[in-house]
Amino acid sequence: MKIHELTAAYTRGETTPSRVTNEYLERIAKLDDKVGAYITVTAEQARSAARAADDRYRVGRPLGPLDGAPITLKDVFCTKGVRTTCASKILESFVPPYDATVTERLAKAGAILLGKANMDEFAMGSSTEHSALRVTRNPWDLTRVPGGSSGGPAAAVAAGLAAGGLGTDTGGSIRQPAAFCGVVGLKPTYGRVSRYGLVAFASSLDHPGPFGGDVLDTALLLGAIAGHDPNDATSIDAPVPNYAAELDRDVRGLRLGVPDEYFIDGMDPEVERTVRAAIDVLKAQGATLERISLPATPHALATYYVIAPAEASSNLARYDGVKYGLRVPGHDLIDMESRTRAAGFGAEVRRRIMLGTYVLSAGYYDAYYGQAQKVRTLVRREFDAAFSRVDLIVAPTTPNVPFKHGEKADPIAMYLNDVFTIPADMAGVPAISVPCGFTASGLPIGLQLIGRALDEATVLRAARAYERATSWHTRRPELAA
Amino acid sequence: MISREDVVHVARLARLALTDAELETMREQLNAILAHIDALKAVDTRGIEPTSHAVPQFNVMRDDEPRPCVSAEEMLANAPDRAGEFFRVPRIIEE
Repeated sequence: MKIHELTAAYTRGETTPSRVTNEYLERIAKLDDKVGAYITVTAEQARSAARAADDRYRVGRPLGPLDGAPITLKDVFCTKGVRTTCASKILESFVPPYDATVTERLAKAGAILLGKANMDEFAMGSSTEHSALRVTRNPWDLTRVPGGSSGGPAAAVAAGLAAGGLGTDTGGSIRQPAAFCGVVGLKPTYGRVSRYGLVAFASSLDHPGPFGGDVLDTALLLGAIAGHDPNDATSIDAPVPNYAAELDRDVRGLRLGVPDEYFIDGMDPEVERTVRAAIDVLKAQGATLERISLPATPHALATYYVIAPAEASSNLARYDGVKYGLRVPGHDLIDMESRTRAAGFGAEVRRRIMLGTYVLSAGYYDAYYGQAQKVRTLVRREFDAAFSRVDLIVAPTTPNVPFKHGEKADPIAMYLNDVFTIPADMAGVPAISVPCGFTASGLPIGLQLIGRALDEATVLRAARAYERATSWHTRRPELAA
Repeated sequence: MISREDVVHVARLARLALTDAELETMREQLNAILAHIDALKAVDTRGIEPTSHAVPQFNVMRDDEPRPCVSAEEMLANAPDRAGEFFRVPRIIEE
């Protein structure tokens, strides 16, 4: 069920938040052993929040369009009194003393937290296989990965184990799992949604954002979490439009740019064909197409693998066995820290800390970090130039379809998954992935729409126009108990 | 190319106690990743300003007024080891 369908049914008195919350919790109990979307299920709190929502609907005063919506949060967002692990052994027992801004905003909107969802450890990965706590499977084919790093919330929404959710996107970690799981995922403009209370990975690239079963639900979730937050110094102080109200305007005359660099040798031919057909659907709705070029695109991946690990190595220095989390004893402070971090971090996190420490170390800083920041400027300028000619950029979300568990054991093969999602993180511009078809073997494919900074409204409107003209978003995987 | 000594040095900076086998795997993987990253050096960036944030904001200030914050007891609740109101760590200064 979509959130907007559920809340409409609450308003009509056909069902109640408590009944729906219990149905979701029963479904999680029955099916999540197969999918593995959740790290922590917060059944008791969910039931109590649902009863409060029941009362509000009973007196005809719901809090808004998310009141009573059963949702999940990637386990990277702090939840007061509910453990927040980042899917890492180093934080396995961490219970935050405060809520992230987005946690608080969703609660104030009446959303009901069903639990905390799985992810790649510290959001580093593209398959959720780097979770130190749990395996998550793609609901469309349990032998395949759900994508990552936000694989848990994406799989939960796809499998009907939550009606919506929040993830984070640093190099594609919302859009790529949305594409792999056949749901909608939006990475907002950098600074549009507060990072306060989000466990930091790469601070200049971390974007919190929503997953929805369709574009309307995604717009409703964004509306609840977007907006200025004085607790995040990079939060943008700009008015938040009513995204849902603008959604159903048509796309006639909208100019869409189709970048050459997003249709490359080596990509899955079924993905290319399906995405080109999806672009034609938007053209048939009255949008115009223009071929464009973003020549720095091939450099974005390497740029990312300097900047993100550099920032991560600094951010993750806080895990020292002193203030919270794991501690492994040692004979002095440095020995204790070094043993704690070696035992607490998984292989990918250690690799990125090492890479980041190296590129920031004396003698290498300018050659790697300084140069990467300059190439980042080139990526950003190309988007600026493109958006002087077109309103949106349309492209595949990923070059490939969901792969099998264990298939990408080589770190670089895994990194290559994010070639089409990283550039929008670099530039900080909003981008969405919407389901646009399936392979012959039944695996979902995502269409990516990238917009101007702070123009989530146009991104959502075009995505909605595509969705209205197609029925992919109504398909759900069959999961037998 | 990164040498074994480089990896040992970086692991110490990063406070990671790696075994000999882990150091060797790390050396191989870092070299493979850096071989990809090295392509960046060929990009012409003369006269290009670096980007540290996609949406530049400068000097974000708030009023210098006390605000409520999390209590010491709540902050210490997650500590692996404590002594009264303090985090306890292994001895740093020699006796």
